[in-house]
Amino acid sequence: MMLMKRVCLSLLALMCYTLTGCDGRPWNNPYPAGDDRSNILYSSFDQRPKHLDPAQSYVENEYALIAQIYEPPLQYDYLKRPYTLIPLAASAVPKAVYLDKTGKPLPENAAAGDIAYSVYDITIRPGIRYQPHPAFARHADGSPRYLQLTPHELDAVTRLQDFTGRGTRELVAQDYVYQIKRLAHPRLESPIFGLMSEYIVGLKAYAETLRKAQAAQGRDAFLDIAQFPLEGATLMDRYTYRIKVYGKYPQLVYWLAMPFFAPVAQEVDRFYAQRGMAEKNISLDWYPVGTGPYMLTVNNPNRQMVLERNPNYHGETYPAAGMPGDREAGLLADAGKPLPFIDKAVYSLEKESIPYWNKFLQGYYDTSGISSDNFDQAVRVGLQGEAEAGELLLAKGIRLRTSVGADISYMGFNMLDPVVGGAGERARKLRQAISIAIDYEELISIFRNGRALAAQGPIPPGIFGHVDGQDGVNPHVYDWVQGKPQRKSIETARRLLVEAGYPNGRDAQTGKPLLLHFDIAASGPDDKAYLDWLRKQFAKLDLQLDIRNTDFNRFQEKMHKGNAQIFQWGWNADYPDPENFLFMLYGPNAKVGKNGENAANYSNPEFDRLFEQMKSMDNGPERQAIISRMVETVRHDAPWLWGLHRKKFGLSHQWYHNAQPHEMANNTLKYIRIDPVLRSRMRAEWNAPVLWPLIALLALLVISAAPAVVSYVRRERRAAK
Amino acid sequence: MDFLPVVLPTDGLIFLLLVTVMVFAVYVRGKEHLRAPWREVKRSRMAAAALVVLLTYALIGLLDSLHFRLPLADNGAAKMEAGTETEYSTEVLSLLDVMAAPLRARVEKTYSAPFSAYLFARETEQRADGTEVRVFPRLKYGGRHLQDPENERAADILVASARAVAISLLIWLGVCAALAGLLARRERVSFSTMLRRILRGETETPWRVVLLTFFIILVVAVWAAVLSLKYHILGTDKVGQDVFYQALKSIRTGLVIGTLTTLVMLPFAVLLGIMAGYFRGVADDIIQYVYTTLSSIPGVLLIAAAILSLQVYITNHPEQFDTLAERADLRLLFLCVILGITSWTGLCRLLRGETLKLREMEYIQAAQAFGVGHSKIIRRHILPNVMHIVLISVVLDFSGLVLAEAVLSYVGVGVDPSTHSWGNMINGARLEMARDPMVWWSLCAAFVFMFTLVLAANLFSDVVRDAFDPRLRKQ
Amino acid sequence: MMAYIARRILYAIPILIGVNLLTFALFFVVNKPDDMARVHLGVKHVTPQAIEKWKTERGYDKPLVFNSSADGAAQFTDTIFFRKSVSLFVFDFGRSDDGRDIGLDIRERMWPSLAIALPVLLIGLLTNITFALLMAFFRATYIDVWGVVLCVVLMSISGLFYIIGGQYLISKLLHIVPVSGYDTGLQAFKFILLPVVIGVVSGIGAGSRWYRTIFLEEIGKDYVRTARAKGLSELRVLFYHVLKNAMIPILTGVVVVLPLLFMGSLIMESFFGIPGLGSYTIDAINAQDFAVVRAMVFLGSVLYIIGLMLTDISYTLVDPRVRLG
Repeated sequence: MMLMKRVCLSLLALMCYTLTGCDGRPWNNPYPAGDDRSNILYSSFDQRPKHLDPAQSYVENEYALIAQIYEPPLQYDYLKRPYTLIPLAASAVPKAVYLDKTGKPLPENAAAGDIAYSVYDITIRPGIRYQPHPAFARHADGSPRYLQLTPHELDAVTRLQDFTGRGTRELVAQDYVYQIKRLAHPRLESPIFGLMSEYIVGLKAYAETLRKAQAAQGRDAFLDIAQFPLEGATLMDRYTYRIKVYGKYPQLVYWLAMPFFAPVAQEVDRFYAQRGMAEKNISLDWYPVGTGPYMLTVNNPNRQMVLERNPNYHGETYPAAGMPGDREAGLLADAGKPLPFIDKAVYSLEKESIPYWNKFLQGYYDTSGISSDNFDQAVRVGLQGEAEAGELLLAKGIRLRTSVGADISYMGFNMLDPVVGGAGERARKLRQAISIAIDYEELISIFRNGRALAAQGPIPPGIFGHVDGQDGVNPHVYDWVQGKPQRKSIETARRLLVEAGYPNGRDAQTGKPLLLHFDIAASGPDDKAYLDWLRKQFAKLDLQLDIRNTDFNRFQEKMHKGNAQIFQWGWNADYPDPENFLFMLYGPNAKVGKNGENAANYSNPEFDRLFEQMKSMDNGPERQAIISRMVETVRHDAPWLWGLHRKKFGLSHQWYHNAQPHEMANNTLKYIRIDPVLRSRMRAEWNAPVLWPLIALLALLVISAAPAVVSYVRRERRAAK
Repeated sequence: MDFLPVVLPTDGLIFLLLVTVMVFAVYVRGKEHLRAPWREVKRSRMAAAALVVLLTYALIGLLDSLHFRLPLADNGAAKMEAGTETEYSTEVLSLLDVMAAPLRARVEKTYSAPFSAYLFARETEQRADGTEVRVFPRLKYGGRHLQDPENERAADILVASARAVAISLLIWLGVCAALAGLLARRERVSFSTMLRRILRGETETPWRVVLLTFFIILVVAVWAAVLSLKYHILGTDKVGQDVFYQALKSIRTGLVIGTLTTLVMLPFAVLLGIMAGYFRGVADDIIQYVYTTLSSIPGVLLIAAAILSLQVYITNHPEQFDTLAERADLRLLFLCVILGITSWTGLCRLLRGETLKLREMEYIQAAQAFGVGHSKIIRRHILPNVMHIVLISVVLDFSGLVLAEAVLSYVGVGVDPSTHSWGNMINGARLEMARDPMVWWSLCAAFVFMFTLVLAANLFSDVVRDAFDPRLRKQ
Repeated sequence: MMAYIARRILYAIPILIGVNLLTFALFFVVNKPDDMARVHLGVKHVTPQAIEKWKTERGYDKPLVFNSSADGAAQFTDTIFFRKSVSLFVFDFGRSDDGRDIGLDIRERMWPSLAIALPVLLIGLLTNITFALLMAFFRATYIDVWGVVLCVVLMSISGLFYIIGGQYLISKLLHIVPVSGYDTGLQAFKFILLPVVIGVVSGIGAGSRWYRTIFLEEIGKDYVRTARAKGLSELRVLFYHVLKNAMIPILTGVVVVLPLLFMGSLIMESFFGIPGLGSYTIDAINAQDFAVVRAMVFLGSVLYIIGLMLTDISYTLVDPRVRLG
């Protein structure tokens, strides 16, 4: 009977498959069968985006979506290196005009100290239109259709799609000004508000004004921020607006390429602010409205997000020029063709790394970044660090692209700590000894399968100020041997340790062993191995390492209070400027007391002075000289073990074209082209179902049940007699 | 040798448990009605085999529970002045660590397959002529004694295995003879008669099965001991540590969770369950309220919250914990406690029901009428009559708890990541599964070790239940 | 009956209050609002003002349980505890820390959970009963002995191995079903097939063994002997009499877990990418989103209590001698 059921079930399963299509199509296709040959890109997200509001979003996985939707004034050139800003919605990259205290213009080469304000006039291109959206929908008489909704009208609505009317409107400079004002909105938590209020004129006071206005109106009332003027962001004409910042701040243009400075239409804000919308999860945080090549049509963070081509897109063409080698790599094959290429991009929720990887290998994801630590096997990497695509990947025609991330993950010493911290010679020697002992080359080969580069200083490659080759090597940790940096011997470290007064890991005076504390927030499966490895590294110097593992919150709290001794920390560049890395060692940015990003609480007057000088300089040999001096200072003081820069490995299938890793730009979906027919063929080839083991299992069950049936029959016969 | 003994909280509780079990055994010996079901257990062949396996695990667990800290090596330079007290390493070792020192010390660079003489990853090697080639380098320790692993390895393993079997056979024969001699003297029969009885399986206790199981375990143990000195018999993990060693170390964690959880919850469950059933009224209401509330909270969430709060405590009181081992141990203990809290309610409910029934019995009514004190009635009449429920639930819970550890570690609220445990091994191995070629040995090792323990525990608990459950006994 | 239900519901209130107090104590004492803010604001450019703002926006800026700056009843009502916990009683779960309405998410995510849990329960019940009947029928033969051994073996394998192994074998090597994911409607079939099979297989060991005991107990009773004496065939006895009577303990056992099916399976859902409540809970734990965790705890408790109630009611339905009083 049981067997019958089994057989029935299997038959049922087979039937269902037949229903979904049996014409040689694979059974394990997770997408609807009808989409097999469509021009759709398949990708994934591993955690629910929290904010899709450009004023609040600050996370890579959110940028992957909103960068395709919103268009800030500037963008990065897709192919040019080093990273170059080019206009996106703006008609040109704005030039700063410097003013003195009285508002008089200064010449371009004025000293940074004389400049009281910088003014940027940004002109956007006319004729750009927003994606179709109910907020722009109008009645026949031209009045807005959905901006005065009654509770009754809202009752029928559960999703944004339930608003049938759609409309659009031209993008104007006012929308950009509006968004800058939103950064200070009392109900929004813009992560860069703190930073920007230091620069944009009047932003800090503006936030206070808005807060009071909101309090006066009541917490839930819609605050019309357009009414309140902001000195730092003003409208010049329909297509031009002006940003005014304190002093000289050349980094501002980089921010202008980020979604924080993308346009938001006021009627959209007003539309979402209507009572009852938030309860239905209809908000700007979940339904972005932009002018970019794509628009978000399905937003189900529990399962799937779908981007579709924006029918109102103003059009752009694929870049015509790239770097040497780009043409050979096929990156210029589409030069001059209209963007975007792909009709639709489907992002599925994929929390676990193994399913993701398996689906990629089966052809159900088009690319796989291996930036996550889990996929260290994707590429066969030798212990010396260099990568080679694994045989399996080669056989499938999967291509590998590597780039070094504009990031750093380092191990820091808390400079406020009495043992390892401070400017004293003893602690410095100890830090240097540890810097040598911890073999980052080995760490990279074991834990990252070569997917990283041991850092020589705070500035990663690809950022101005980084020096390659022999000149760029940290002389306190490495020797230059046969054209390669080689980590100094452990004897050197031991010698430093003796000089520091800890021969054999014991305090020379008291004889007590030196016990160091390492703080980390680790809970992943790989962490145990990592911690074991780390202990081994310290043991090389006979140092005892006590690992204080805790959860992320506790770790943060410790860092804020300055209770950590040795810790691990990381940084991802906001923009390709050395200032974005060196500021993490700038004294006034200390974590303790000042809540800055200087987690090591490092402070060196010489460094701080140079930093202030370097900050407002333009790239050039002069700036390089100062940066080199700064880097040498911190290398000598060794407040960090410089750690590593991640190497990002992008894998893509043979049907995926124009893939070029870009550390800064996120709006790259528009450049991608796929070949869905080839994809469909390869999927079918790779995923032919294998049935015989199941049939064998079934047969085994039948056979093992046979004696039971026989004995039953026999028993029945005996009973009948 | 100089060492500083360390008694971790769980060590203490393990020994307390050991003492309890012994006291209980002595107590049972004197009571005929209690001995009867145990005798039934003793007669079962299944139970005998399972018990041998369980005892082996228990032995390893106990060896791993004797902790101490070794003094730091003093190599001259550090010896500044005489009279300073010896400084001890912050690393807490157990007797098992010392016994398995070669396993612990022989760390390779990264993954290597079981019995392999080569690393699992290629490395660039410079040839004499300056050209570079990509090869799988030889391991530092595994199979180092071989000149030409390709050709010699199979023979080497075979010879070593044969030697291991021979050694274990010798030991086993000795044990057999000793046992037969001992039994012969006790039963006053000749040695050969006894031996014949054992071999034919005619003894009351199934000694033949015991000896057979023992033989299998012996062979495996000796074989593992011999070969693990030459190879990594279960391969190495990402940082080159021996997987066999990790699996051995995980035994203690599994046992601690399986047994201490019960030990921690038992007093509450028994006391409250009986009180609720016996006193009824307000006491019953309160106790029922407490356990319904506790059991209605989804267990994983309760555990997650508790583990998080422990983290806060540890972070805020770093001075109380000298070593990583102490912190990890506290977390283990805490996990036992919290698992206990989530699992005592079932037993409590059973005991309450049983007590409700018992207190209506005539002899208890009579005792109450004679004015016997409540505590005496509970001690004398009720407790002994519900003991079988307690016992059954203890043995039944054991395997469930061992399995739960793995799941909790997977969710991230299990034992400390630095503690060796099967859960952590599986959790780590899940990433290895996606490698190509697959790294399967960690997962397999965890599977085999865990499966053996849980299977033995399940088989044993089956027999115990059959023997003790009055409902089943009737048949 | 109605009076009984009403009383049980009243009785549930103190329990739910207890649950609330306990979760509140555990989570808020451990995780102060500042911590929560920091987790959610990320690590870059976080200022104390941003933290304050985050707390105000979500109502975490109030005192925990006692507001000394307020007057009268507001001393207790204008607190985090009151604001965050009491609303749960009217099933207003509020917003998760990422700003989505929790109630909506729960309503949406319970269906995938059910789509897995219900078939697992039903098919599992069917398979387990079949196996148990088979063993009971062939009791004391090699089939029974090996059946029990097989059950114990199956029981002794950690659920994680079933999932890891099943996914590896069926999805990766044999390409039978998609590795993970979910879809609505009929499309869901290919996604839930494997989780359901794994769920059923991993439950066979414990389930069939338990049911076998129940059947054997039933077989030992007098009425079975009578039936057999009447000359009924063994098969008939087993199917008509034993099965019918054994269904009472089996079904009442099932009733307890019925409501909890909504909660989904933690591990299975996260492994197979099923967007159900189980994975919702795990994500919330990992992201330390305590608004969601609190809601799930509360929901779990309510469902548990409903389960207890259903059990009692089902007892009266199958056994008229039991009176609910």
